[in-house]
Amino acid sequence: MAHSITAEPTRRDFLYVATAAVGAVGTATALWPFIDQMNPSADVLALASIEVDLTPIQPGQSVTFTWRSHPLFVRRRTPAEIEAARMVRPQDLLDPVARNANLPENAPATDDNRLSPKVGGPPGAPQMRKAEWLVISGVCTHLGCTPQASTPTDIQGNYGGWLCHCHGSQYDTAGRVRVGPAPRNLDVPPYEFLSDTRIRVG
Amino acid sequence: MIVRTLVLASALLFAQYATADAQEPQAAQAAAPAAAAPAPPKAPAVTPAPLPPRHVNWSFDGPFGAYDRGSLQRGFQVYKDVCSACHALTHIAFRNLAEAGGPGFTPDQVRALAASYRVPAEPNDQGQTVDAMGQPLTRAATPADYYPPPFPNEKATRAANNGALPPDLSLVVKARDGGSDYVYSVLTGFGQQAPAGETVGGGRFYNPYFKGHQIAMPPPLSDGSVMYADGTMATVDQEARDVVTFLTWASDPKMEERKLIGSNVIIFLLLLTSLLYFSYHRVWYGKH
Amino acid sequence: MAGPSTYQPKSRFARWLEPRLPIISFAADFMVYPTPRNLNVWYAFGAILAAFLAIQLVTGIVLAMHYTPDASLAFNSVEHIMRDVNFGWLLRYMHSNGASFFFLAVYIHMFRGLYYGSYKAPREVIWILGVLLYLLMMATAFLGYTLPWGQMSFWAATVITNLFSAIPVVGTPIVQWLWGGFGVDNATLHRFFSLHYLLPFVIAGVVILHIWALHVPGNSNPVGIELTRPKDKVAFHPYYTVKDSFYVALFLIFYAAIVFYAPEFLVTTVNNTPANPIVTPEEIVPEWYLLPYYAILRSIPNKLIGVLALFAALVTLFFIPWLDTSKVRSARFRPTYKIYFWLFVVDAITLGYVGAHPVDATLFNTAIPLVWIGRLATLYYFLHFWLIMPLVGRIEKPNPVPDSIAPAAHGTGGAA
Repeated sequence: MAHSITAEPTRRDFLYVATAAVGAVGTATALWPFIDQMNPSADVLALASIEVDLTPIQPGQSVTFTWRSHPLFVRRRTPAEIEAARMVRPQDLLDPVARNANLPENAPATDDNRLSPKVGGPPGAPQMRKAEWLVISGVCTHLGCTPQASTPTDIQGNYGGWLCHCHGSQYDTAGRVRVGPAPRNLDVPPYEFLSDTRIRVG
Repeated sequence: MIVRTLVLASALLFAQYATADAQEPQAAQAAAPAAAAPAPPKAPAVTPAPLPPRHVNWSFDGPFGAYDRGSLQRGFQVYKDVCSACHALTHIAFRNLAEAGGPGFTPDQVRALAASYRVPAEPNDQGQTVDAMGQPLTRAATPADYYPPPFPNEKATRAANNGALPPDLSLVVKARDGGSDYVYSVLTGFGQQAPAGETVGGGRFYNPYFKGHQIAMPPPLSDGSVMYADGTMATVDQEARDVVTFLTWASDPKMEERKLIGSNVIIFLLLLTSLLYFSYHRVWYGKH
Repeated sequence: MAGPSTYQPKSRFARWLEPRLPIISFAADFMVYPTPRNLNVWYAFGAILAAFLAIQLVTGIVLAMHYTPDASLAFNSVEHIMRDVNFGWLLRYMHSNGASFFFLAVYIHMFRGLYYGSYKAPREVIWILGVLLYLLMMATAFLGYTLPWGQMSFWAATVITNLFSAIPVVGTPIVQWLWGGFGVDNATLHRFFSLHYLLPFVIAGVVILHIWALHVPGNSNPVGIELTRPKDKVAFHPYYTVKDSFYVALFLIFYAAIVFYAPEFLVTTVNNTPANPIVTPEEIVPEWYLLPYYAILRSIPNKLIGVLALFAALVTLFFIPWLDTSKVRSARFRPTYKIYFWLFVVDAITLGYVGAHPVDATLFNTAIPLVWIGRLATLYYFLHFWLIMPLVGRIEKPNPVPDSIAPAAHGTGGAA
């Protein structure tokens, strides 16, 4: 056995390898709580889903709620606004994809595809009734400002929808981008109708 | 020599005390409460020491103990039907009732329960927080909301309870020496006659497990004060066990997770320590 | 640090870095550092302390991501951590119990120093830095205990900050300056949080100085003789890296047992009640590791002299290298001093016991007031350092000290 100060055991014993491996596994496992504690806590996750009562919202009115720390637009569209949204072909849009979390990724941006396919309310509820409700994220897809909503007396932008005052992006009555610099349509979050007058978002 | 002087000096100092009588005239008929309170009985004319709590074999005792789901649900019912009239539970949110390690209600049950409570609403579009008649605006609670307290602030609580302040129960089991045993003992300790030397003040009730033997809370439990949803017979003892189990969970909702992870960690550390022990001796062979 | 490095850079990167910032050779030298081969278990607590400093730092930093240091929000933020933050309960219990285990380790580490004469020349500065570390730990722990803003947090802070009002003339202005107001309140909590975050990094810096000072003369050892033969020492790695890891893992088992199965065992239950400036708890008791000094403070009926006694008790520790006059280092060979060492251990425990009880308590079921036991124990504390240590060093007849560790290693006490 070597006796100099710098001598080390030269045999790579299974014991040493096993010890080091167990130590490494333990350290990695012990690391997880320190990483996971930065994930959203239970109280934050509890607010990941909100229910919205639709009864006070008037036709032509756009109400802003807070959902997952961001604005959420709920708009009750007039028949004219629905008609205007349906006149456009998806391929003529800046962004032809629906951006609807309730639909497959490649769904085209027709007006129908900007609505919720999930109708949890009483069976037989006419599709037209659901078409008046537009539920979209209020975060401009350019750099995150909150666009301004049109009202019947005060139209924002040229498409009757929203105008983002930060850099001039314009959205139509289905929340689709018509004038940039925003690259994408306003996102449609996952939501469903619990009844004719109540939706759950998230 | 110095040591001997010190010993002599201290002997003289202590002589005056060693011969004094060590009792207090009106020591409670309880046996020396060495178990519960760290300090032995004090001189007379001060608050009598509480009896040590009665011990219960709780399902959650010990390193492998867990909460009895049924007891938690019954205990919640006792809290809701009896205690919540005066006691807040503000650290418990409705969603906690559906979380793992707890009473185990379903998300739908929790949603329905929450919706049956009203909580203060956001200001309306005019920025008001009260309605036309001056009543605060309210909305139905959601699972994310915390259990609404019976009174909005301390002064209102005292006003409604003759000046007494029923404490928030979210942490009561952790905040009392004796924990679950103590709360159980107080809840079941009513109904006894105060002994000869003790007078019970007006508006108070005799309870030997409480500090001073007088508590401002009237006996909250009686046989049949709750109609258990699962059909268990509701005696005072049963109600007390159930509500204490529920309150223990309210103080410590992570207990089951903690014990589970704990056994894994201890087993892992025993393994690692053994491996290190053998490594250490292998490295040091012949070097000691 | 003692002598030139023997490290040979192995890679191109190492050859490039070394002349610019020699940290690789610094680490390599640490690994080959010649360490006495007869260090026993009591010498492992330095490594245990380093592990716990790391645990406290890491858990503290992540807790600070969720804690709010405002008087109206602090208690609720701690409950938020315990109930809502992922693994928050684990981080909190690791941190609160980590402090207790940190102090347990430091007391064993200090008593080891007292027993084996580790503080004697030429290692006085290591000892002094160590006492400084102990004081920084006490300050950090006191500040940290305030943060949950429970009843005991608030009232312990009130009592300890009020100590400074004992200073004549400037006492009250100083206390109000500490408080940022007329009592412990929101301003106090904010600054306590800031300082609690700061001091552990100061501790880490002083630890570096402490280990640097150690590496100049090298470790002492249980026999207490200077080791001159190369074969009396072994490389730090792997001999002491593995041995210390074993002891750290063993210590962690006890730590885990408390964290997972009795996490509130060392805590006063009343701290689970939010702070109330109007209602004082029945007994104001600090955490167990501060109890002996609390007992010394309370044993003197005069406020100012009690405070001075407390500070004198702490300052005394700095002078130990000069108070002990013995030419022999290790108590292994000092039969008389050994008796007084153990008397001091009993004294420290007695002081702790007295500090844990109310001022008017009596000893078990007798009528002997604990305060007199406390006074006797305080007297012994000062006598031990200022009278007994110097005297015994001069007049005792030590046993013969071996001139090498070879026979001692196989003889009394053994190694591990």
